[in-house]
Amino acid sequence: MIRIEHLVKSFGPLEVLKDISTEVDSGEVVAIIGPSGSGKSTLLRCINLLEVPTAGHIFVGGIDITSPKCDILKVRQNVGMVFQHFNLFPHKTVMGNLTYAPMKVRGLSKADASKIAMDLLNKVGLAEKADQYPSRLSGGQKQRVAIARALAMEPDVMLFDEPTSALDPEMVKEVLDVMKALVRTGITMAIVTHEMGFAREVANRVLFLDGGYLVEDAPPDVFFSAPKSDRAQQFLEKVL
Amino acid sequence: MNLDFDQIIPSLPFILNGILVTLRFTLLSALFGFTLGTLLSLLKISNIKPLKWFAEFYTSIFRGTPLILQLALVYFATPQLIGYKISPIEAGVFTFSLNSAAYSSETIRAGIMAVDKGQREASMSLGVPYRPMMLDIILPQAFKNILPALVNETIALLKDSALVSTIGVLDLMRRAQVVAGQTFLYFEPLLVVGVIYYVMVMGLTQAANVLERRMRRSD
Ligand SMILES: Nc1ncnc2c1ncn2[C@@H]1O[C@H](COP(=O)(O)OP(=O)(O)O)[C@@H](O)[C@H]1O
Ligand SMILES: [Mg+2]
Repeated sequence: MIRIEHLVKSFGPLEVLKDISTEVDSGEVVAIIGPSGSGKSTLLRCINLLEVPTAGHIFVGGIDITSPKCDILKVRQNVGMVFQHFNLFPHKTVMGNLTYAPMKVRGLSKADASKIAMDLLNKVGLAEKADQYPSRLSGGQKQRVAIARALAMEPDVMLFDEPTSALDPEMVKEVLDVMKALVRTGITMAIVTHEMGFAREVANRVLFLDGGYLVEDAPPDVFFSAPKSDRAQQFLEKVL
Repeated sequence: MNLDFDQIIPSLPFILNGILVTLRFTLLSALFGFTLGTLLSLLKISNIKPLKWFAEFYTSIFRGTPLILQLALVYFATPQLIGYKISPIEAGVFTFSLNSAAYSSETIRAGIMAVDKGQREASMSLGVPYRPMMLDIILPQAFKNILPALVNETIALLKDSALVSTIGVLDLMRRAQVVAGQTFLYFEPLLVVGVIYYVMVMGLTQAANVLERRMRRSD
């Protein structure tokens, strides 16, 4: 579903991603972990072109999104993203947040978009909040709405950038539960997270980044019990 | 000191009619000015260098010369340059719109920059194209942030609109001068329009406060 070949990303003189190659199969769940500043967000953001790669290729669903001929907007419609700080539209209701892009971008009628939205709100347990503005919601509720908003575009791939890092501890579980339910639907997911227990439980593979290098790419059992690199060992000692 | 308001009472309807002229002039200029100012602000934040330079240059010209000079230039030079006999009111609205666009573009640019960049990223990640992203997501939030500044700009326009009396627009100010000329009384008509300007400015300020409070309640 996603193939990354020799990806390099620089911000000016600063090389943030260094020759990264990996693949994510359809339906696979990949956890991306690593120390702060190691390039996790940048890697994720390259996959929907919020950052433009400096070199290398990224294929999503067989399409080379780094090719100049590629329609970026089309790619993004197919790749949902969930942010650490939710980024809900504050001037729209929950329903408005979920129906905006499907109507504007996919051209769905209001009725169709609302139906999809209501369905998703039911799934994330927030149907009764449909007419509320985001400012009335708790952090956990906001993030569940944000997940529903991304899903409303019916993407094939979902990207999560530390979806629980901005949440109070008691709200982490409700968001992780929604994500676990999502894993069971078989959608392809790439998740940057510091929740090691969660990564171990849901991920098919763990990518460990350090200093812009993809240092390890292994199944969670292998990675968590017997990390090959010193860097990963040190990292796990600190966080586990 | 002997004030004689009785003598100007017959002229009062004439003066009061100037309220409409001044208000309509101000609102039209604000409307065109903010629209053009929004476009300029988008040029200023664009990545296309020549467009950016154009917008910066435009702003510096209108900020760097007296408004009354711009007004005189447009009014007197237009017929000479393109042979179109521009009316005073057209010249006024045109100049004030261009001028206000220069000032408000800075305010609007700041308002856009103050919108959390996550809003842009969320829109982009949903595949929303640039135009609807700006119109539906970014600008509504930007305008909400800068509403007080835009009201101040409108108030400045309202007060500066008295300058169009110099090219013969029959606004409040001009009407006071006309009445003064007819009655040989200066203080009374000027005082009357002074009070009217003051009341209009206070009214606008009050309306903005109400609007702001209502919008704050919606967050
Ligand atoms: N837009 C940017 N401009 C310049 N440097 C950036 C930008 N975004 C990220 N960086 C730098 O790239 C490095 C990796 O950042 P990031 O991908 O956010 O790391 P992580 O998500 O793993 O914490 C950091 O050193 C960060 O300062
Ligand atoms: Mg990050």
